[in-house]
Order: sequence, then C-alpha cells, then structure tokens
Amino acid sequence: MSRKIVVPFGPQHPVLPEPIHLDLVLEDETVVDVIPSIGYVHRGLETLVAKREYTEYVYIAERTCGICSFIHGMTYCQGIEQIMDLEVPQRALYLRTIWSEYSRLHSHLLWLGLFADAMGFENLFMNAWRLREFVLDVLEETTGGRVIQGSCKVGGVRRDISNERLAIMAAELTQFEADLSDLSDVFLHDDSIQSRLVNVGTLSRTDAYDLGAVGPVARGSGVAIDLRKTGYAAYGDLRFEPITETSGDSYGRCAVRVRELFSSIDLIRQAIEKIPEGDIEVKVKGNPDGEYFSRSEQPRGELVHYLKGNGTKHLVRSRIRTPTLTNIPPLVKMLRGCELADVPVIVLSIDPCIGCAER
Amino acid sequence: MTYLKRSPWIVHYDASSCNGCDIEVLACLTPMYDVERFGIVNTGNPKHADIFVVTGSINEQNKAVVRNIYDQIPEPKVVVAVGICATSGGVFRECYNVSGGIDIIIPVDVYVLGCAARPESIIDGIVKSLVILEEKRSNMNSPDTLREPSKGGK
Amino acid sequence: MKIEQQTTVVIGIEHLIGRVEQFRKGGYRLVQVNCTKIGEEFEINYSFEKDYRFENIRIIISPDSEVPSISGMYWGAFVYENEMHDLFGVAVKGMNIDFNGNFIKTSIPYPFRNLQFQGEGPCQGK
Repeated sequence: MSRKIVVPFGPQHPVLPEPIHLDLVLEDETVVDVIPSIGYVHRGLETLVAKREYTEYVYIAERTCGICSFIHGMTYCQGIEQIMDLEVPQRALYLRTIWSEYSRLHSHLLWLGLFADAMGFENLFMNAWRLREFVLDVLEETTGGRVIQGSCKVGGVRRDISNERLAIMAAELTQFEADLSDLSDVFLHDDSIQSRLVNVGTLSRTDAYDLGAVGPVARGSGVAIDLRKTGYAAYGDLRFEPITETSGDSYGRCAVRVRELFSSIDLIRQAIEKIPEGDIEVKVKGNPDGEYFSRSEQPRGELVHYLKGNGTKHLVRSRIRTPTLTNIPPLVKMLRGCELADVPVIVLSIDPCIGCAER
Repeated sequence: MTYLKRSPWIVHYDASSCNGCDIEVLACLTPMYDVERFGIVNTGNPKHADIFVVTGSINEQNKAVVRNIYDQIPEPKVVVAVGICATSGGVFRECYNVSGGIDIIIPVDVYVLGCAARPESIIDGIVKSLVILEEKRSNMNSPDTLREPSKGGK
Repeated sequence: MKIEQQTTVVIGIEHLIGRVEQFRKGGYRLVQVNCTKIGEEFEINYSFEKDYRFENIRIIISPDSEVPSISGMYWGAFVYENEMHDLFGVAVKGMNIDFNGNFIKTSIPYPFRNLQFQGEGPCQGK
C-alpha cells in the first residue's frame, strides 16, 4: 500500500552550494512529481539598468554569476555593440574567445568536482579542483581576476595579452591536457561512477528539444545545439563540432562536459595560432538606440541577453535568460520516476547555477 | 598564533551571492589552499559548527534562514561575512530585493572584503576569527561572567 | 557586422496562440519569453529558434490585460510565464503549472512595473 508523501529538498542542502528548493512528491521511494521553487538568491539586478549607465552595467552583467562571469560580460557587450553597429577589432574578439574557453574549462572542472562530490567520490572532487587552479592562474595572470575578470568592455577588451605570453599559454596546455586525460578516464570508465550514472535521469531526444533544453543537457540527449556555431566573437574562424552523446542519461551529460574540456583546449590553441595583431578596442560614442537578443554559449548552455535602449545613457530593459532557467522544465521531467537516492545526482547533472537563474 | 588548540568546523550559507565568493570558499577546501591543515572542516550541519561563513547579502527570503542557522550554532560562535555583498550589499545594494549586509540580521565578527573575495583573504579572515572564538570561549568559562548567550541582531 | 539576422513581427494578442502553434508545428524551439515596459504599455516577446534561425514575435498589451498561456504547446514555458507574472504583474491565463506569484519571491510586489530611472526620483540618500 503506497501513499504519497512530500519531501522537501533544500534550500540548504549539503550537495548544493546554492539554495534551491524542490518539493518531491514520493510514492514509496519513487519520485512521482516535482515542484521547483526558487527565489532565495533573487536580487533583481536587471532593474539596475535604471541606475547605471550602459557602459557601467557591464560590471553588473558580469556579476550575474561568479562562475560564468566572463561570458555574461561578453554577451552584454556584444549586444550593445550590435545595437550601436560597432566594429570591434579582431584581436579583441580573439581575446574574448580565449577567455571564454578558459572560463568554460574552469566551469566544467568545477562542475565535475561537485558532481563527484554528489556521488560521494571525495578524492575525485579534490583532483578536479586541483586541476582547476591551473585555469584560474591563467585567468588571473591575464585579466587580474580569478573568478570575476572585469576584462570586457563595450567596444573591445580592457587589456591585451602579449604574444610571448600567448605562446607560453599554448605550451602549458600540453601538460594540462595530459593531466586532464587522467581525470577524464576516471569519469568515463570507472565502474563505480558508471553504476551511479548510467540510466539515471534519462531525457529522450524529443523531450530535450520540446522542453527547451540547452547546452550539455540538450547535447547529452543528442540535440546538437551549440550557439558557438552562430560564429559570434571569433568562433566563425575556428573549426569545431558540437559534442553530442545519445544516451540522454546523467552519464551522457557528464561525458559531454568531459569531452568539451578537450574541445575547449583545441579552440584555445587554434585561437592562439590565428590571433591577428591590432587594436583591442574602438571608441564608443553616443548611446544605444534599438534592441538586440545577444546570444552566446555558456558552459551551461545558451545565454540570451535581451537589451533595449532608447537613445539615452540608461537602457530601457536588460533581460538575462540564463541556461539554468530553461533547463528547469527538463529537470522536472528527468526527476519524475527516479529513485529518491538519485535526486542529488540528477539535480547536479544539469549543472544548476541558481545565482544566474534568479538574478 | 603559533599553533591551534582546537579544530573549528565551519558551516557555509549562500545568502544571495553571485556564486563568485561561494566557489572561492569551496576552493579554500581543495588541495591548493587546503584549510584542513588548520583542522578546519566544512560541515553541512549548523549544530556541528563553530564558525558561520556567509556569502552574499540579505533579502526578504533568506532573513529567516540565516537567523535560523545562526541560532542553531552552539555557543561560542563567530560569524565571518565573506565578500563585499555580505558586508554591505556591494554592487547590488540598490536592488529592490537586497536589504543589505549580513550585520543587519546577525552580529558579524570578521568582514572579508573583495569581489570576489580571494581564497587567501578568506583563509586570513577565518584564522582571525579563530582568535575571537578563543576569546569568546575563555570569557564564557571565566567565573565572573554570567553564562549568558550572546544576543544577536540589531 | 551583424552576427545573425533577427526578425521581429508585431502581432495582435488574438493571433498569438495561432502563431505559436505554427512555430510548434514547424519544429521550432522556444528560446525565451520576456516582457518590457515601454511607456504605459507592455511589450511581450516570444522568441523561437530552429537551426540557428532566430525569430521573434511580439504582442503589445496594456498592463491590465490578460495574456493566454502558451504552456499548452511549449510545456516548459511555465518558467517564463510565472516569472513575467511575478516581476511585471502580467496576468497569464491557463498556465500548466501556476505558482500563484510564488515562483520568484520578491520583497515588493511586481518590482519591474514601476521602475524609477536615475534622475527621475529623489537623489540617493535623501
């Protein structure tokens, strides 16, 4: 005789560094329904467009999220540049690409660590974060900030990386790639990890597309959406293919992120090889008048910054649609029918970034 | 301070932070910074903790949560506010949903500045808080002080 | 240089469901729904994408009017519609999961409704 009970999950839960609350409706051990509830870290930063000028708002945009901070700032700047028809120098676009890919490396390594932690694999958590420090060191050396870089501005970037430094960065990647291979072997081939992930939280290809999944959640189910293919920044000049897996389970999503680490390294190498000489910014005159949906690929998926200006120095509206927000409906779908003990792993498998989602 | 007498445990809560400080708090636990060498352990349970590390600022939603976690921590306890948001609200202080720093709800002993706070300064702040913790403990045990729990909040 | 072409079509609120149905049948994915306050009116954008082709439809409504929900066609639209309700106070009819204003909990009701721009209100600290 089974009876429905509601188990609250969160907001302060050991597996999540951030607060999200889920009401899990259980029948014995099986989850039959999930009601997500957010709002613990809502700040309302989009209203700050009314208080800050559009050139200053880039700092707010960067602080939407401390993990994918650089890409938020870049997407915002890119949107303003599109509205104002600014021709950003190629070198700046390449630098943005390089920093974006380093951000992706740092975010994916962070997630792999947290994911290992959620599975109770403490050793692997430590190892992933040890490797992540290498990426943060590079970011700090080149931008001055570890997690919040502040190196992007409307019209270009704030600082250049010398060619000698770029050469060193490319050379250092070789050792880093070798270290990553050891780590990825554990994630992809270890028995205990497979027993926790395979066939857990399966999302079919149709569901992933219909529910609007983006990023590794969509690609883990075989939907090849990768906004870098639209060719923003310097991605148009670089060769790469979206990485997909077909299994659609937590293992598939994990494998996509592990393989993306290597694809990011490859992209950084290509960008360092092709980076042209030249200026790193253009002068910005006037105020934005118009609107644009600036889109980019974050570590977690598609990011949309909708910006609308009316010719004054304050934007009328900035709307940040983050990947986690749109990955919540697929998460609800994945959780239905799973075992209670798998809930932490499934929640983490979408790489939730609540700070972003609630803004 | 040349050696530590005890092994203090911390409980971390993300008020309404952007994650930047949170991941730096977590980074303190990992091999590069390794706060476990001070005997510090991150626990999920407030009743096991001595140090309350808060990142991000206070809003209507988490007022009660922060207060509740604080009350659950046994005496003596210290509060470390990590990051500029936890100190004053930072860049978000003008947002409608941000009420201000942590000290509007609970008394704060150490403020760690930075946006995002660097792991080195977080460790520095926590080590500073150990001294305060030790002081509070000796005050509690001294015979001429009444055993009165510290009163929090303004 | 434009990164991508973005088309925006303004339609009447009565055609909304029909147009969204067309996108759904055409195999488009819902990118986002958002609301913007322009003067005394609300602009609501529904964005769709298929094979990196970005299309946007827009309805313009008065703050008191009720918008039909598209969550019957795009199940995941409830996150955007609840958000729109909680931040702007737009009434959305027929959502599949209705949080009744508790999706994003804000300290003041409908904070985006009466946004005060710098220079309009009293100075900071007064």
